[in-house]
Amino acid sequence: MNNIIMLPIIIPFFMGTLLILFAKKHLTQRILSSITAVGLTIVSIYIAWLVYEEGPLSIGLGGWEAPFGIAIVADNLAAFMVVLTSIVSATCLFFAFTTIDKRRERYYFYPLFFYLVTGVNGAFLTGDLFNLFVFFEVMLLASYALMVTGSTKFQLRETFKYAVINAFSSMLFLVAIAYVYGILGTVNFAHMAERVAEVEQTGVLQVVAILLFLVFATKGALFPLYFWLPHSYVGPPTAVTALFGGLLTKVGVYCIIRMYTLVFTFDISFTHHTIMLVLGGLTMLLGVLGAVAQFDYKRILSFHIISQIGYMIMGIGLNTALALAGAIYFLAHNMIVKTGLILMSGATEKITGTTDLKKMGGLLKTHPVLAWSFLILGLSIAGIPPLSGFFGKFPLIVAAAEESSYFLVFLSLFVGMLTLFSMIKIFMNVYWGAPQHTKEQATLSITPTLLAASPLVILTIILGLFAEPFFAYTEVIAEDLLNPSVYIQSVLKE
Amino acid sequence: MEILMFIAIGVLFAVGTYFILCRSLLKVIIGILLISHGAHMLLLTMAGLRQGVPPLVDLSGSEATDPLPQAMILTAIVISFGITAFLVVLAYRTYRVNKTEDLDKLRGSDDE
Repeated sequence: MNNIIMLPIIIPFFMGTLLILFAKKHLTQRILSSITAVGLTIVSIYIAWLVYEEGPLSIGLGGWEAPFGIAIVADNLAAFMVVLTSIVSATCLFFAFTTIDKRRERYYFYPLFFYLVTGVNGAFLTGDLFNLFVFFEVMLLASYALMVTGSTKFQLRETFKYAVINAFSSMLFLVAIAYVYGILGTVNFAHMAERVAEVEQTGVLQVVAILLFLVFATKGALFPLYFWLPHSYVGPPTAVTALFGGLLTKVGVYCIIRMYTLVFTFDISFTHHTIMLVLGGLTMLLGVLGAVAQFDYKRILSFHIISQIGYMIMGIGLNTALALAGAIYFLAHNMIVKTGLILMSGATEKITGTTDLKKMGGLLKTHPVLAWSFLILGLSIAGIPPLSGFFGKFPLIVAAAEESSYFLVFLSLFVGMLTLFSMIKIFMNVYWGAPQHTKEQATLSITPTLLAASPLVILTIILGLFAEPFFAYTEVIAEDLLNPSVYIQSVLKE
Repeated sequence: MEILMFIAIGVLFAVGTYFILCRSLLKVIIGILLISHGAHMLLLTMAGLRQGVPPLVDLSGSEATDPLPQAMILTAIVISFGITAFLVVLAYRTYRVNKTEDLDKLRGSDDE
């Protein structure tokens, strides 16, 4: 019965391999990959429901029970993340059908796409530090290849940077695993959590905690380790950028949530309050300042990815039930809305052929649906009620006020304002103003492209209008995170 | 034995760091490779070195060497092999397209 939680890893892996065989047949690839994406969404929603009803599911692979075997665990948080992953990846896939060029399709776009999803789902579901490393590498190798396909000068250079930075941080991850194994004698999350309480060398554990934080912060683009992100995300086609923006950095955030609520909770005032709150605040501020300075559609959105990671880290750093629930709600909202916004930039690029704000204008008259969808998503990310962004930020700000971190309250409101400013800057330059596009471009129909991105627009409205049940769900997740004994028991079966 | 291993790991990390800071694409890749081997050796050493017993519990009873780090570095070596292969191909393509492998000269192409 528990075997079902293997499906989100096995289905994309198997389909990715199968699609290599059909690499030169566009139609077959498209049909097979759409079936897979929809199937994956259904399976992951079923798993999330199952976990919600019956508590965390876990299996030890090959009959080797944890802590000796490799554990795959789906608790509420992991299952929720898998659902979000499958929704985001399905929309990106449907969007790719209409925007990606034939050459990329021939060069294994779909197999790499599904390998990326395999890695992301694996990273969410694994219950073992070393397996996390392996799934990271699966995900990263697929992302390198997706990023460089097309091989323009810009892409090659940025991918090399991205690959070297990530390879280096993976080596640091391996070093951290070595320390963890040396100190605790186990790499299983649940077992680690038990051993941390027994071992009395908090000094060495502190070093490991910071080393792991460094690794996840690099993957999650946290201050001061975000410098690789804005450039490397601009090179590849929009469907790929949206997929990266929606998934990759969020895996880093998920790992921080997992490790710092389950294992490294022995010195919260240092790791959470000092380091995470300061870095979270700086990430928010510097990300949004970077965005304000830009005049390129995709680059503004890339900088906003960084700034919103800061909010999530702030929620984890506060470490109260409300803050964690807010952080998870914000994570869900951000995965949906960020992907949506980047897809909108792709739709605009499809019409005008550029991402430079100064070369666009007046799209509101010729493509009203596109403009209004963008406005909805843009207002949502800036945190205007009744859209989902407001209900993500509000609990975080309340939690910060409760912990009397008034500077953070001020900072997050200020960053929200700057976010609104840059969204309005995009809206004014691209959709308002004098038209700068030709007649052919004005009559170009992008209905299929918009249709592919529409689930995300609808989801942000639903998440906003029906925030109560969703927030109740994230509160359940936050409760689970603050009581790790449920997770530990389901893995170790004691 | 452990001391010797730790010295070797230190040397690998130091040389790897030096290579990563070089301007040549290939040297950066060699740096990544050396650091990854340092990390593999660290993983093996941190788990405790033992001489003369195989990592098989049934054959040697309680005297067995811990098999888990060996399984882990085997996986890690394969992964680092894959990453290195990818990086080498990427560096080759970069060289073919840009006609240089000097990282400084890659900077400032038409899009900035």
